[in-house]
Amino acid sequence: MKERKKNKKNINRNLYFIIILIYFVFIAYSYFFGIPSGIEIGNNLISFLLYMMKILPCAFILIGLFEVWVSRERVEKHLGHKGGLRGYVWAIILAGTMGGGLLVALPVSSALYKKGARLSVIFTFVGASAIVRIPMTLFEASFLGIEFTAIRWLASIPLIVISSIFLEKYLIKKNYSMKS
Amino acid sequence: MWVFYVTGILLLLSFFADKKKTKKALLIAYKRFIFISPSFLIMLIFVSIILFLFPQEKIIMYLNFGNHTVNVIMAALVGSITIMPGFVAFPLAGILKNSGISFMIIASFTITLMMVGTITFPVEASYFGKKVTLIRNIISFIIAIIVALLIGLYFGEIII
Repeated sequence: MKERKKNKKNINRNLYFIIILIYFVFIAYSYFFGIPSGIEIGNNLISFLLYMMKILPCAFILIGLFEVWVSRERVEKHLGHKGGLRGYVWAIILAGTMGGGLLVALPVSSALYKKGARLSVIFTFVGASAIVRIPMTLFEASFLGIEFTAIRWLASIPLIVISSIFLEKYLIKKNYSMKS
Repeated sequence: MWVFYVTGILLLLSFFADKKKTKKALLIAYKRFIFISPSFLIMLIFVSIILFLFPQEKIIMYLNFGNHTVNVIMAALVGSITIMPGFVAFPLAGILKNSGISFMIIASFTITLMMVGTITFPVEASYFGKKVTLIRNIISFIIAIIVALLIGLYFGEIII
């Protein structure tokens, strides 16, 4: 059984490797022989990679500092099972003031989880990082109007919190634990 | 960018306070970065292809071709599979609004764009696992649709 699982994992890894290889061969070929679609895809890759590389290294260093300097007790007290409603408020404030969206929120949430934050707070945080980021919200309000943004906030924040609580209940029953 | 300065200052403070701890923090940062890089690479490949398949002109076309209900659903689907930063998405939303597309369609596009991550699935799955990532994104999709409907109601675009 274990052997078979290991085999499957190996096949998956090889498949990934082949897909990535084909992709890069295609991109290289396109640049070399001037195939427009391949060049455009390659340019997309580079511009997105550069955009992320501006944010991610800082984010990971900040996460590392957080893990060494902030005590488990403190995280548990505010974001754990003892935190109560306050935990959700903190999660939303943290998500709102943090940049980078989901790709930064995910490693942060895994660091919080390791320090004892409860799952519902984590899901609220990840959900909120998609919808309440302040810079993004200002942008939205200036293009679509304040009313649009206000309704979106008022409707989506409670839904995120409620769904996170239910998701936590379901996952506790299933003995779920997050990878790290 | 202010993030660089904040990170730099905190790193220096940490270094003067405790060199050992700072070294450990950098090691953690490095390990976490390595942990996520394979899924990250897969995601980058998805992004580059999706951006190629869904340029802005095409998005405008997709959101404006059927009746209202079809457009709302299309908007939600396009929003779920594409990815773009806010400084690209909201000017585009502004263009959509000026070309007479309803708030409900725009909402269903921008909200799914923010909340539902098809392209980021491999990255999210390496933290939460495939099953939870799927559940979370389905919930997000449903929330996005509910919020879009409420926005439609508020602006009088749907009448019960």
